[in-house]
Amino acid sequence: MESSPAAGDAGAVLAQARTSTVQLGGWGRYPMVEGHEEWSEDLQGSTQGAALTRGLGRSYGDASLPACTRDRVVNSSLADRFITFDPDTGVLRAEAGCPLWRVNRVFLPRGWFTPVTPGTHYVTLGGMVAADVHGKSHHRDGCFGEHVTLLKLRVADGRIVECSDEAERDLFRATLGGMGLTGHILEVAFRLRRIPSPWIWQESERTPNFEATLSSLQAAKTWPFTVCWADFLNKGSRAGRGIVMKGRWAEPHEAPKAPPSFRRPVTVPFVFPNWFLQPWMVQVFNWLNYLKHGPRLRAGIIHPETFWYPLDTVQYWNRVYGRRGFTQYQCVLPVDGGWSRHRAVLELLQRHRAPVFLCVIKDCGAEGRGTLSFPKPGISYALDMPVAPSTQPLVDALNEFVIAEGGRVYLAKDAFTRAEHFRAMEPRLDAWERVRRTWDPQRRLRSAQSVRLFGDQP
Amino acid sequence: MKVVLLGATKGMGRALARLMAARGDQLFLLGRDLDDLQRSARDLEIIAGSGSIGAGYCDLLRPDSFSGALEQAATALDGFDTVVITAGLFATQEELEQDESARRDLLTADFTNTIQLCELARARLLARGGGTLCVFSSVAGERARKPVILYGAAKAGLSYYLEGLDHKFRAQGLRTVCVKPGFVRTGMTAGLKPPPFAGQPDDVARIVLKAIDRGRPEVYAPGIWRWIMLLIRSLPRGVMRRIEF
Repeated sequence: MESSPAAGDAGAVLAQARTSTVQLGGWGRYPMVEGHEEWSEDLQGSTQGAALTRGLGRSYGDASLPACTRDRVVNSSLADRFITFDPDTGVLRAEAGCPLWRVNRVFLPRGWFTPVTPGTHYVTLGGMVAADVHGKSHHRDGCFGEHVTLLKLRVADGRIVECSDEAERDLFRATLGGMGLTGHILEVAFRLRRIPSPWIWQESERTPNFEATLSSLQAAKTWPFTVCWADFLNKGSRAGRGIVMKGRWAEPHEAPKAPPSFRRPVTVPFVFPNWFLQPWMVQVFNWLNYLKHGPRLRAGIIHPETFWYPLDTVQYWNRVYGRRGFTQYQCVLPVDGGWSRHRAVLELLQRHRAPVFLCVIKDCGAEGRGTLSFPKPGISYALDMPVAPSTQPLVDALNEFVIAEGGRVYLAKDAFTRAEHFRAMEPRLDAWERVRRTWDPQRRLRSAQSVRLFGDQP
Repeated sequence: MKVVLLGATKGMGRALARLMAARGDQLFLLGRDLDDLQRSARDLEIIAGSGSIGAGYCDLLRPDSFSGALEQAATALDGFDTVVITAGLFATQEELEQDESARRDLLTADFTNTIQLCELARARLLARGGGTLCVFSSVAGERARKPVILYGAAKAGLSYYLEGLDHKFRAQGLRTVCVKPGFVRTGMTAGLKPPPFAGQPDDVARIVLKAIDRGRPEVYAPGIWRWIMLLIRSLPRGVMRRIEF
């Protein structure tokens, strides 16, 4: 018998055995696997003996999916309480399932914000640690892990361990970007930052071609936040044209007096048919988006959610891609070779006729503390593409190019990279695997991704 | 408002308490796990931004704990005007059919003892001239259905009682709010396959808070369940015997 003070009501439920498996997928809805997902407010209790913890499922590929149907996956998102907040230091400690949107809604109006946010606020703090997420501020503020002060983990042998840069440093650093494979993340403490106002001052300009886009993004390094949207479906000299956005927190005298009201998103209610989203529709959208901006520099105050989380205005937008699912290929390439090496990516995509429906380009700063964290100095490309039989050869070709250029791919997005490719682009993998061997010699913690990339047994 | 909550550590109760804390209501938490109550109290204090939130022991299976718990809450809040009960037990029909003690516990907690607690709360609220008593029943109490016969029977009795309170005491200032949630994704429904129109605790909490503020005697959450249950109530017996929900 389950005791459930204040729980949801199952009176309306269809008769179902509680042990039934469900279809689990990441944000890209590819791959989908059968698995047991366990939900509980008691994260510390439920992670005992579990193979993996997942949060809101916003990693795109197979990072949050079980290695096999037998494995127990714990969903952390009901464990979402704040634990302590110190207004002197800005350090907030919370249960790992706490979503970033809850942090924002409580602390943004009080003049605090996370120094690093990904492009969606529907992520848990545990997920932000596991992927060591980065955002528009990476060239200045690094990854989320740079601002984490303490983690509480349940490691593979069942012990509860607190780690930080002072205590169990190897474990701490291997957990930042460790995709949840070094221990179940139970609690996260990190430092919020004071902001002058909750509004954003944004300036944006459109750029007529790929080189102009990259140069403009590089020139914007003095801004705290930069990001760029680019049109990779266009041909010829217009390929790679885009809009570069630069932002900073507005000063109190610039900002509206009222705090920003939070928005309720609209929801895509069902999974669209596969044929719905066609390249020509995205081409039209890209043209309109580019033309709508106009040729002149635009500047002004905008809503913080519009700036940080433009895609969150539509819940479950991933359903538009249909049952085939989609993948986001994200890689970082060094800039020292000049833009011609970057244009080679664009040309490779065009040779493969890759349907890049969305391309986001970001500036990456120095490598951070996380042993396996994605960013390194260079330019990061995030390319959304529907999954098709041609996806695997395309990803293989891109990865071979990335290896030759000294770049790497982002595990939180990945569903297609081959183990040998990942090892070739990741010289730090040995160091990370050493830490993992120390804490989990039997590889009890595992995921579909760790089977694919690290040779774990399913 | 000065609110006493039983069941605010989890699920819809947690979501409702957060909305109340965010707008500055004074809260006192009741429950049976004092450590867990303290964790929720700290969470709510951070959301509220100021003030402290107390907690006390109360267990739906221990009716002797009720009176002391309400007294403790009244002392801490210097009197309260609202009582919210979201706590309850749940188990599937199969589990309840097989396990006699689980069956006794569920029927006792969700019907007898919830009503015993409501009676004490009613007396206290009426003594101070009125107030709000908000209790979570269920759409399971609307029509007997195969997967929720025992749970539904307890909730049907509870809904009946709450309607009676509204009839008799509304004129004296007691506002009874009977909440009838449909399927909501929480720890209680974990592992059950969500039907169409499954709700989220935060959405339910917003609907319930509005109902409390307006003193609506009955509220379905999410709202679509009012129409779903209207349909199910109108199905003939012959159909109910055949279908599995």
